[in-house]
Amino acid sequence: MDKLPRWADVVLVPLICLIIAFVICGVLIWGIGQDPADALKIMVQGSLGSTYAWGYTLYYATNFMFTGLAVSIAFQASLFNIGGEGQATLGGLGVALSCLLIPWPHWTLALIGSIAASALFGAAWALIPAWLQARRGSHIVITTMMFNFISFALMNYVLVNMLRPLGSMDPASARFPAAVNLPKLGDILGLVGIPFSSKNPANISLLIALAAAVGVWALMWHTRLGYELRAFGKSEKAAVYAGISPVRITLYALALSGGLSGMMAINAVQGEAHRLLLNSVEGAGFIGIAVALMGRNHPFGIVLASILFGFLYEGGSQLALGTSIPREVITVLQALVILFTGALPYMVQKPLEHLFALRRRTA
Amino acid sequence: MDLVSFLQILDSTIRLATPLLFACLAGLYSERSGIFDIGLEGKMLVAAFAAAAAAYATGSVWVGVLAGIGASMLFAAIHGLASITFRGNQLISGVAINFLASGLTVVLGTSWFHLGGQSPALTGGARFEDIVLPFATQITTNTPPLGLLDEVYSRVISGHSILVYVSFLTVPVTWWILYRTRFGLRLRAVGENPAAVDTAGVSVTGLRYAAVAITGLLCGLAGAYMSTGLSAGFLREMTAGRGYIALAALIFAKWRPWYALMACMLFGLLDAVAIRFQNINLGFVVVPVQFTQALPYILTVIILAGFVGKAIPPRAGGEPYVKER
Amino acid sequence: MAGTAQTMQGLGGGRQATAAPSSPYAIELKGISKSFGPVQANRDINIAVPRGTIHGIIGENGAGKSTLMSILYGFYKADAGEIFVGGRPTPIPDSQSAIRAGIGMVFQHFKLVQNFTVLENVILGAEDGPLLKSSLGRARRELEALSQEYELDVHPDALIEDLSVGHQQRVEILKALYRQAEILILDEPTGVLTPEEADHLFRILRGLRDQGKTVILITHKLREIMETTDNVSVMRRGTMVATVKTAETSPEALAELMVGRKVLLEVEKKPATPGRVVLEVEGLTVRTDGVERLKGVSFQIRAGEILGIAGVAGNGQSELLAALGGIASAGGRIAMNGVDLPLKGHHSNGQTRRAAGISHVPEDRQALGLIMDFTAWENVAFGYHNAPEYQKNALLMDNAALRADTEKKMKTFDVRPPIPGLAAKSFSGGNQQKIVVAREIERNPDLLLVGQPTRGVDIGAIEFIHKQIVALRDAGKAVLLVSVELDEIMSLSDRILVMFDGKIMGERDPGATDERELGMMMAGMTEAAKLGKDA
Repeated sequence: MDKLPRWADVVLVPLICLIIAFVICGVLIWGIGQDPADALKIMVQGSLGSTYAWGYTLYYATNFMFTGLAVSIAFQASLFNIGGEGQATLGGLGVALSCLLIPWPHWTLALIGSIAASALFGAAWALIPAWLQARRGSHIVITTMMFNFISFALMNYVLVNMLRPLGSMDPASARFPAAVNLPKLGDILGLVGIPFSSKNPANISLLIALAAAVGVWALMWHTRLGYELRAFGKSEKAAVYAGISPVRITLYALALSGGLSGMMAINAVQGEAHRLLLNSVEGAGFIGIAVALMGRNHPFGIVLASILFGFLYEGGSQLALGTSIPREVITVLQALVILFTGALPYMVQKPLEHLFALRRRTA
Repeated sequence: MDLVSFLQILDSTIRLATPLLFACLAGLYSERSGIFDIGLEGKMLVAAFAAAAAAYATGSVWVGVLAGIGASMLFAAIHGLASITFRGNQLISGVAINFLASGLTVVLGTSWFHLGGQSPALTGGARFEDIVLPFATQITTNTPPLGLLDEVYSRVISGHSILVYVSFLTVPVTWWILYRTRFGLRLRAVGENPAAVDTAGVSVTGLRYAAVAITGLLCGLAGAYMSTGLSAGFLREMTAGRGYIALAALIFAKWRPWYALMACMLFGLLDAVAIRFQNINLGFVVVPVQFTQALPYILTVIILAGFVGKAIPPRAGGEPYVKER
Repeated sequence: MAGTAQTMQGLGGGRQATAAPSSPYAIELKGISKSFGPVQANRDINIAVPRGTIHGIIGENGAGKSTLMSILYGFYKADAGEIFVGGRPTPIPDSQSAIRAGIGMVFQHFKLVQNFTVLENVILGAEDGPLLKSSLGRARRELEALSQEYELDVHPDALIEDLSVGHQQRVEILKALYRQAEILILDEPTGVLTPEEADHLFRILRGLRDQGKTVILITHKLREIMETTDNVSVMRRGTMVATVKTAETSPEALAELMVGRKVLLEVEKKPATPGRVVLEVEGLTVRTDGVERLKGVSFQIRAGEILGIAGVAGNGQSELLAALGGIASAGGRIAMNGVDLPLKGHHSNGQTRRAAGISHVPEDRQALGLIMDFTAWENVAFGYHNAPEYQKNALLMDNAALRADTEKKMKTFDVRPPIPGLAAKSFSGGNQQKIVVAREIERNPDLLLVGQPTRGVDIGAIEFIHKQIVALRDAGKAVLLVSVELDEIMSLSDRILVMFDGKIMGERDPGATDERELGMMMAGMTEAAKLGKDA
């Protein structure tokens, strides 16, 4: 067996996938008559060129950290949670209800309330498909997908018929009271003397996302639950032998996954929009899949992949502003990353394995 | 509700069910061969775009249909490559294909037509005309009341584009292929137990690629109908989740062709009702339109959970085939 | 003995100049070799099977029989060597070529489509044309003729999932015959059959031979070889060590050829001193897929004794282990140290069993006993990850303590290489098993369940593992040993229970029985069981 060294498997394979995806997108941009090099320059400048730009990049990255961690936890248990979008939507509802219904005296308390509410709502929304899979054997990919659509309909109904302020035409909730507004990242960094623009949506949620990543890492590799999750993900039969309950693990995995997806709303709803909008998630739930795959299911990798996708996402917006390249070129890139890292890994791994075997032999 | 409104709803049910039916039967071939396909949506979308673009460029709706089929089959080939040749994760591949279609159609559409992602309106030979069947009355806004049978025939059965009739014809054809031909026997077998097919000396890979190709073909028709039949041109994200509804219908139909017809008609009806009425007042309770919209998904979850009959997918579904021993 | 193979081949070596298949051999293999990486599964195999005979191929697990047959059926490509069918060189790159050459294969795990009818399964891949109608009609007629000719009666319209295992096997044979197979290969065909079904199968095979077909029977059961075959070839560690006429050999001679040494699995042990009853089992039943696999089993195990369960694989032993280990839900009653344990519901699981003092070395270490992708130290915690000594505090596990513990266990059990951070899949079979045994025995359980402790394990490791099991017994613990290796049962057990068809056939004292008697009981011969009771 020709095996790849670990570093190649963890770093080289995703990197090569990313490069292939970039090259294909470059060809696409060139094909529609634009200059790929120019486009890349605009993207880099627009999303990394200033602390203001970095703010946007990090704001998006925060969303992706939550959804990426969510997808990865389910992946570790060998479950594919494709319902991050719906769980994050419900998380948004949780945040909105918490912020609107409870007269929080201070943002710190409101933040704790929002974390609890978003995680609870997201987890609850994921628990239904989880229970259906564990107890009734319905395929979790299909049910979580169906629950995405059900959540959109539900959100539509709730916003139009319940949360919409009187006289407003927008399907959106009322603005949250100013007391619950979260501090900007720029303000926080200012406290420790780092100059950082606060005219962007990056906020304290980034720190919560990073803490969540550390938390997930500790959970997966240093707790009994994480151990059981990973064991179950590798072999359900063996897990049963060891006395690990598949039902319990499926429920826990999806609850954690849904909860993390839901927590995305702290950033997007409370941190940025300050009210609940119809589509507050904006596809971040799906990007979580790409992020988890790219990050190799490891929290550290996921944080890096999130920043990468934050850069791509913000860079995409800059493209749309600065050139006639539509931002959807990023969707194509995202699709290719998912395709190569998630569905075609052997295509990249096999030739690499040969290469390494060759090198070993000559060495 | 008067008769004419009722018939109008049935009429739009048929129109709305057509892309679902194509896509649902498309999924049937793939999943019966053991390849899960959640990328029906993406293939429909890219086909709708290619069909509209080619029809607009050439002025011929048939060239459009061919282009749609070609684009969809190309995407199907990617899925086949990932899930058959490279034994990748079929679900992830499907997700990727949906995003690829979603991004690519907008990028290409915007740069080709400069209309923010939509195609120019198709007119004349670039879109499908509605066919008035023999003995049917052409319905216009001021058609006088007709006899009941005549009304049903002229309003509901007649007056659709050719692809509508093709889609309905695909149901018996699929049934026949599945249960009366060698290919059908092998297709059903390879989704249940590929090792049985392999040891019988038949290529699992070949069968699965054939199935995936048919899936591409039918998704191509579904998409082409959306942009050149149901509407006159491409809009961004115009499939709007129909690929997923088709998948739901496939599960609802338990992977069988005649049931697929019924499921698609039911979901088409729900769509037609949701479009025509907003909230439905049943006297004792008001059914919100969002509920009607979500109903296909809710029904599918209920069926999947086995609360009303159990939907058992083909046994080898989702697993790449690896020769044992 | 290898000379015999040469001689027989020599007889057929009258090199036929004509293309006509007048060779006396249905099939000949010349110099077949096949390696998987560093493992040589087949080494220079020569064998010639005379037409119209039943030819046995016998060998231990892992002797290379299945690899050889996979080469014959086009699943694997041999690295070297040639295949002759009917005297003609016939390359077999895929199953299609094997079928064309007239080779039919009945796999150990049937290759049938469960929700298809018998008829559909038979014609699959051998249809007459693009439409099914004519194929189905012809197949129906032919099936009727075949079933009359060979006692192969199965209803053509029955669904496979409704058929018994024995009937499913007949469908596999029908499939081969429908494809005009002249050579029928059966891989361990009786492993899943009841004795009646097996007898029926052998009647069918003799009928086929009498009609001029050639049958190759792969098995590790001597009785079948002696009763059914005309010639027998013996494989050992990838090589063909002998081919002899069955009438001119004896089970003892074959057994010796198979293992290549006098089997002297003498384990040094003192006489047992059984103490109090540790485990009580009463009327234990297990159903899987609606079939009762364990049909009301009752016995006791005392402290300080090894109770051996003998039996042919698939007679309920696995279900017994699964029920006792908390893996499968069961009916009946079990009590551990006098306390009843739940047999179903979520309180019946591996954790509550371990808490009750039951450790379990499962039959299949790769599928159950280990997580192959986990490191050795992670695997040492497997099943005991809740143990207090592996916890740092209420929240976190103490991975460092776990590593240290693993290092210690690896040293005492001589696991090589002794690297706790290495993935389980990187260890050899014997060392993997040592990790499992170390984990379970070092828990110092009141009762140790052991399934096939030495399957696929090298000699050195076998001895070591056997010593550990005896040491545990001598420490006053109870051991339930399940093994299909009769030697192992005989040499380790203090008492032997024989299982057949989900029931216990009888109990024997290893000192007062022999392999012949146990073998008869394992084959379900009730007279043998009764005889023992009277004695």
